[in-house]
Amino acid sequence: MKIVVCVKHVPDATADRTFSEDGTTDREAVDSLLSELDEYAVEQALRLSESDADAEISFLTVGPDDARDALRKALAMGGDAAIHVSDEDIEGSDAFGTSLVLAKAIERHGFDLVLCGMASTDGSMGVLPALLAERLGVPAVTHLEELAIEDRTVTGRREGEGATVRIQGALPAVVSVTDRSGDARYPSFKGIMAAKKKPVETLGLSDLGIEAAQVGRAGARSAVDTATRRPPRAKGEIVADEGTGGIGLAAFLTTKKFI
Amino acid sequence: MAEILVLVDHVDGAVRKPTLELLTLARRLGEPSAVFLGPGADSATEVLGRYGARKVYVVDAPEVDEYLVTPAVDTLTQLAERTGPAAILLPSGPDGKEIAARVALRLGSGLITDAVDVTAGPEGPVTEQSAFAATYQVTAHVTQGVPVITVKPNAAAPEAAPADPVVEKQDVTFGPASHAVRVLSRTPRERGDRPELTEADVVVSGGRGVNGAENFALIERVADALGAAVGASRAAVDAGWYPHSHQVGQTGTQVSPQLYLAAGISGAIQHRAGMQTSKTIVAVNKDADAPIFELADHGVVGDLFAVLPQLVDEIERRRS
Ligand SMILES: Cc1cc2nc3c(=O)[nH]c(=O)nc-3n(C[C@H](O)[C@H](O)[C@H](O)COP(=O)(O)OP(=O)(O)OC[C@H]3O[C@@H](n4cnc5c(N)ncnc54)[C@H](O)[C@@H]3O)c2cc1C
Ligand SMILES: Cc1cc2nc3c(=O)[nH]c(=O)nc-3n(C[C@H](O)[C@H](O)[C@H](O)COP(=O)(O)OP(=O)(O)OC[C@H]3O[C@@H](n4cnc5c(N)ncnc54)[C@H](O)[C@@H]3O)c2cc1C
Repeated sequence: MKIVVCVKHVPDATADRTFSEDGTTDREAVDSLLSELDEYAVEQALRLSESDADAEISFLTVGPDDARDALRKALAMGGDAAIHVSDEDIEGSDAFGTSLVLAKAIERHGFDLVLCGMASTDGSMGVLPALLAERLGVPAVTHLEELAIEDRTVTGRREGEGATVRIQGALPAVVSVTDRSGDARYPSFKGIMAAKKKPVETLGLSDLGIEAAQVGRAGARSAVDTATRRPPRAKGEIVADEGTGGIGLAAFLTTKKFI
Repeated sequence: MAEILVLVDHVDGAVRKPTLELLTLARRLGEPSAVFLGPGADSATEVLGRYGARKVYVVDAPEVDEYLVTPAVDTLTQLAERTGPAAILLPSGPDGKEIAARVALRLGSGLITDAVDVTAGPEGPVTEQSAFAATYQVTAHVTQGVPVITVKPNAAAPEAAPADPVVEKQDVTFGPASHAVRVLSRTPRERGDRPELTEADVVVSGGRGVNGAENFALIERVADALGAAVGASRAAVDAGWYPHSHQVGQTGTQVSPQLYLAAGISGAIQHRAGMQTSKTIVAVNKDADAPIFELADHGVVGDLFAVLPQLVDEIERRRS
């Protein structure tokens, strides 16, 4: 089984993230790393490979030069090889530009299973897996907390709105997994050393037959008008409980008309 | 005025509140047409009309319940081709976002997800989004095709604007993608007597500090005293103290109530991402340095097992 895991390199969510003047994410300002939610997709791929001797796992990212770090991290966790699509013209892509590049790279490589995270931790749209399935013309078995593959069929549990659903689709398919699908492993020292020897292929738009105008800011179908920092919340009143904290809280809630 | 297609979120015909918010927003942009999938349209028409739907398009086909997401994609795409709407609005959420993305791809349209406000602009709808754990406010607009926008719950207060909707049954051709992912079973979550997390005006949440499933009864008591929904941090959910459907945060539910009470929650960035835009925030935590206090309008540094029972008693005393 040929597995492609899509991983995104994102600004550290625990740092103070900012926008550049042009309304895109400022990638200089803070450290970036493998999106934590994509570690769950990496983990599921590695677990699937443990019961399938023929499994071959490649990691795929679309992003600037340093996005390679996300691939190294994934390769340190396991897997066989990686593909890095990087091209200046991709900068400023919307969900359609990014999904086009990913889909072309996946098609070029070949796949039985594409694994994604539930959402990135920066854009956090949670739509790329559905867009990839639509572009590749395969089932989207998404947002899974639990999954099993048997007889080339993916079955999983999706926590939907108001209901838990069990869903099923045939391979080849796109699958996305949530942060409840199982804790991701830490790379071992051996894994980190081994990762340095695993092949990373670098591709540009021309390798994928994509025109510059189809992606990047030129191809984007939406535009950011303004990005402004929300004013910090006004400093509140913090009191130490000296036996009447609950009464004081009730008094506050009364002034706000909640009681 | 142009039509605005609004995908109705309902449970067997009982329309959920976010749909009323979408209809309210849609009226700023044009004339709302509700798109109703599955059985139960008869009981939904009245409320859809009350909130301004001029038309209700009904697609009641077995595919809708038997397959995931794609039947709604076929429906909205074909209705958009027939009616030429000025925008398509859907509720944010895993289903709504996936439907929206695929519809936009098929229509050659731009997509905006998780809008917290939508207004009419000179070049079509202008959206507001919260970004980076709600530390940024972003305004954007779609530059290509029919704007497809998913809207978060609580983006607008539903306002009635009674209309007498025309109900039209629509036939849709379901392509192969509509038969790709089968729904084997659907287990509706138990709905207690408390308000739903996304719809509640008040949310009372407990975290690791609650220290045990049995202690969540205290959080529930506070919630009931305030007519609130119950929330939980991921630490509390992961420990198995409260169901995941109550998790507030980046990978849980994002709420924006009038009042958010956090008890025994430290205020990690991923939790803040789900509650930072609440109007009023209060916190009880025994650690004076807990980051949650940076957000709190009123904070009590103390033991929640002392503060919360006293709060409930005082609420009851003030009410009687
Ligand atoms: C704050 C913010 C708001 C935005 N709003 C919009 C908007 O409303 N409309 C719009 O069209 N664009 C928007 N964008 C741009 C959009 O986020 C990017 O185009 C992005 O490439 C796709 O969306 P995502 O990161 O949200 O991915 P998601 O759909 O959340 O990602 C899901 C999964 O897809 C895979 N994946 C995503 N990106 C990559 C990648 N580059 N390489 C490899 N795998 C990947 C990962 O497995 C990931 O877990 C926004 C960006 C930001 C930062
Ligand atoms: C990718 C990713 C996604 C995530 N998504 C989410 C999410 O959606 N939602 C979420 O909540 N988290 C999420 N997290 C986890 C998040 O980082 C934190 O670990 C989590 O929010 C911590 O929960 P907590 O505040 O309850 O626990 P802790 O951080 O352990 O805080 C417990 C607090 O309780 C206080 N306390 C203890 N006892 C008492 C007492 N008796 N009285 C008063 N106070 C007391 C302590 O002082 C402490 O501040 C995510 C993490 C990652 C990496």
